[in-house]
Order: sequence, then structure tokens, then C-alpha cells
Amino acid sequence: MGSLGLKNIHMSFGTNEVLKDINLEVEDGEFVIFVGPSGCGKSTLLRIIAGLEDPVRGDVEISGQLVNAMPASKRKIAMVFQTYALYPHLTVEKNMSLGLRQAGAASSYIERQISLAVEMLELEPYLKRKPAELSGGQRQRVAIGRAIVRNPDLFLFDEPLSNLDAALRVNMRIEIARLHRELKSTVIYVTHDQIEAMTLAQKIVVLRDGRIEQVGSPMKLYKDPDNMFVAGFLGSPAMNFIEAGHLGVGGKAATVGVRPEQLTPSRRGRVSGTVSHLEHLGAETNIFVNTDGGLITVRQFGEASLDIGARIGLDFRDEDMLFFDSNGQRLR
Amino acid sequence: MRRVRHTVPNVLLAHVALAAYTVIALFPIFIIIINSFKTRKAIFRDPLALPGPENFSLVGFETVFRQGDFFLYMQNSLIVTVASLFFILLFGAMAGFALAEYRFKGNTLMALYLAIGIMIPIRLGTISILEIMVATNLVNTLTALVLVYIAQGLPLAIFILSEFMRQVSDDLKNAGRIDGLSEYRIFFVLVLPLVRPALATVAVFNMIPIWNDLWFPLILAPGEATKTLTLGSQVFIGQFVTDWNAVLSALSMAMFPVLVLYLIFSKQLIRGITSGAVK
Repeated sequence: MGSLGLKNIHMSFGTNEVLKDINLEVEDGEFVIFVGPSGCGKSTLLRIIAGLEDPVRGDVEISGQLVNAMPASKRKIAMVFQTYALYPHLTVEKNMSLGLRQAGAASSYIERQISLAVEMLELEPYLKRKPAELSGGQRQRVAIGRAIVRNPDLFLFDEPLSNLDAALRVNMRIEIARLHRELKSTVIYVTHDQIEAMTLAQKIVVLRDGRIEQVGSPMKLYKDPDNMFVAGFLGSPAMNFIEAGHLGVGGKAATVGVRPEQLTPSRRGRVSGTVSHLEHLGAETNIFVNTDGGLITVRQFGEASLDIGARIGLDFRDEDMLFFDSNGQRLR
Repeated sequence: MRRVRHTVPNVLLAHVALAAYTVIALFPIFIIIINSFKTRKAIFRDPLALPGPENFSLVGFETVFRQGDFFLYMQNSLIVTVASLFFILLFGAMAGFALAEYRFKGNTLMALYLAIGIMIPIRLGTISILEIMVATNLVNTLTALVLVYIAQGLPLAIFILSEFMRQVSDDLKNAGRIDGLSEYRIFFVLVLPLVRPALATVAVFNMIPIWNDLWFPLILAPGEATKTLTLGSQVFIGQFVTDWNAVLSALSMAMFPVLVLYLIFSKQLIRGITSGAVK
């Protein structure tokens, strides 16, 4: 129940290859996030899983069953879209029940499913309203409710929070995490926002240019990235990359990566430069330092008493350095 | 944010300009209507005068109702216009949806092929059309006219509607697919209501030329039973003598059905033309 298997998925639009040999296993109950820059193929991959696009080659298995030729409505999936995609002419209640009614479910079952979703998402006051009378956050709750009502093996989320404002996004993030805990169902979630990926996922799949770069738990990818792309994509501010020669590191390493929070200002550091910009975030301060090796970001907890233009040395521990070869691959 | 300032001179100026345009646009219609209620002498002596007790006459209307079958012509015109519009909108929207929604080989080529009709006037093919209609026994039927008008209206309809169909959110259509709606349900229930303004625009653009057309009724359906209003009114225009009373009366009455249809579509039309411009 609720597992997913992707085998050798290839996809192209015309001559443009958007997915190249994607292989992935997702276990029942897992919360998996596809993350990557725009145009990396993550949404296309989600639509292939949903059955809205047909891959050029490759197999999709849902709950152990090959579903290549199965239409989207029969795949036991439910999808939540970035633009909510509620039916504008139907009330909230009808929006949520349409899928089950199309499938010919018994009305007592439909009622039970709707009351389950209503209870989880507190949708009671909106049941008789049309989508136009709801705010963005309420619409997204209805869209999630519509997915829950279908009682799917697989929940698919396509950038569900991108259209919401920052405060609402944090609330919905917590809510989606809670829903996953309560429903214990498998979730595939697509986002370009690495914070959503880090906070929600049990397993992150990092995609770039139609290929999977790395798969693993959030902290595994953060601490032990396979390559410079993954290292730079996760974490904000992004990891600093310094030429190996500049630090006097020999061997095959071409680049050394250090996370901003692992750098500490000191009088005599391994690198030094001048402070070019400061970002005071209250609990922490981002210090941007111009060095001979390029711009380096330092993340300091608390307030930094520095002035722009000040000379500063930076130091870090040996074990915090990540080494990458000239192709950007990690040297371990 | 930009805002139009609603000061008194601004509003006044705008209204004066709009009022001037309204007067210019409505003037010919006004002339037709007032003169249709006047005697023949009064029409020529003072075309701009309002009908008064001394020159009031309904002789034009009487002639129209006596000669020929005015209500039959009106009915023919309405049937032809409404049927043509219905099928232009239905087939145009369907083709537009297919071109916008489905990826298939030759999609672009098909779109171009369907759009060629915009550039080539259908009247160039009149002789062939007549031959086809003779061969299929459709001469002197309203069906012949409806078929020709559908062919005439479709290219522009497809062109405009496929553009609007592209703007309908993919997510909405995909949500429908996941919920198990058929492609026809998605088209009729989800997509068509969202492109209603575009449908109204296409309807208005096609309605007036069809209603006013003289060419095809004259060639394909000149029989008494299938005459349209425009063709029927021609009996009053002779080579040497024109019965102006009757012509003006017939035209006055011919305007009303179009006006009613236009009022139905106009609210949607404005949205169709301005959508995208103000969003």
C-alpha cells in the first residue's frame, strides 16, 4: 500500500530532454520531497507519477502495480496544485466530493470521507461557499481536503505553498506535517524552496537538469552532500566555495566548501578580507566578507559589532571542510 | 499604483467626448428611424425633420407588411444567424481546445491551416460553393446558408478561441482528469464557462456580417420561402424607383433583433476585449 517505484523514466518535449533515466523507490508512508531549481523536471516527474503525462520510456509502479497505461483517475492518487485548481462553479462540499461521485462511491462513504476532511482542516464554515468567496489560504485547505476525501494511496503536492504569503506558508507547512503524521500516508511533494524541503521531508530528492543528483534524509544531504550542486542548493545562506589553492590545500581537491555557520571571525584566520555588507536578522547576523578568494558569507549567532569596511580574519575547523574535485564531485 | 483622477473637468471632458461619439454613431440609425415614420414628400423635403402630425405616415410599414412575407424573412434571418453562431461557437471552441490542449504531430500546421481562412475571403469560392450546393440539392434551403456561414466564421473563431483556451489553467483541467471527468466534461463544464467572454466576442464579430449579408442569400437561397430579411428588403430598391418609405421601415425593423442579440452578448464582449489589458 502506498509505495512508489520509478524505473528508467525518460521524458522529452520535442528535442528537449527534460528527464534522463530517473530511478527511485519510495516506501509506504514516506514523505518525499523533489527539490531543484526551476526547469529541473521535478513537476514533470510529478505529473508522470500522476498519469497526466506519459513518459517516453520507463515504468511507474504504485503500490507494487504497474500503472503505465492507467488513467490518472484510476491510480489511487490525489493531487494538490499550486493554483489550488478548485472548480469555480461548485461549492466547497461539491468540490471535495466530485471525485468520489465520479467513481460511483456510496453516498454514506462520501459523507464519511468529507466529514473526516472537514474535521481535520476545520472547513465546516465554508462547506456551502464557492471558491471565489474564500481567501488563498482557505482555498488551499479546501484543495488539500479534496485530496484527503479521495483516500488515496499517494498524495501528490505540486508547489502547494508557492502562492501563499510568508506567514501563511509557515502555518500551512506545520499543518501539512501534522496531516502526514495523522494520515500516515505516502506523500510526494514538489518544491523549489529548500526550507520547505528541509523542514517537511523524511527523504529529499535533489534534481538538476532532469537527473537525480542525490537522495537522502535532509540532515544527511546537508552534512554529507555528494557534489557541489547539492551542497550549494541546501542551506541558507548558501555554502561558501573557496578555491583549494587559495587555502593551501593540495591533492586532487579543486574547491573547498565551508558552511557559513562554521566560520568564526578571529584575528588571524586562514582567510581574511574586508566586511562588505551586514544583514542583521535579530537572532543572527550574516556577515559578507570580500576576500582574495571571493565573497564569503559568515553566519554569526547574536549580534555582530562590526562595521562595513573593517578588516576581519576568518577561521574554521579542519573537519568542517568539504572537498570537491574539478567536476564538482565530492572527494571523501 | 496608477489611478485615474476623478476631478470634475476630467469627468466632464470624458463625457463630452463619449457623448459626441455616441451622437455620430447613432445619427444614421436615428435618421432611418425618424424617416420611416414620415410621408414620402416629407422624407425628401426635409430629411432631418422629426415626424410631426402634418407629415406622420405609416405607409412604409404598411407596404412592407403587404408586400412579401416580412415575418417569414425575419424568421429565416434569425434561424440562419442563430444556427450559424451556435455551430461556429461550438466547433470553434472545440477546435480551439484541441489545438491549445493536446500535443500531437502537426499541431502547428493544423492551426495554420485552420487560420488561412482568415486571409482568404470565402466569396472567392462562390462558384464552387454554388456547384456543391446544386450537386447536393441544397440550393434554396437555409441549410446552405448556415453551412457557408459556419465555414466563413470558423477560422477567426478558432484563432481567437484557441488563444483564450491556452490561458485556462492547466491545473484545473488536470484536477478534473484526476477526479475522473471525461475530456468532454472538462471542456463543457470547466473550460467553456471560463472563456465565456471570448465566446461572446466571437459571437458579436460573426453576428452582424451574417445578419447583413446579401451575397450568399441572393446566390444560394433566393427563393421566396428562404429569403432573408436583407434580401427581402431589396424588392423595394428598384433600378429606377426606390420605395424609400418601405426600405426605411424594413431597415428599422431589421435592426431590433440584432440589437437584442447584441445586448445579450455586450456585457461579456467588453470583458472579452479588455481582459488581459487590465489584469
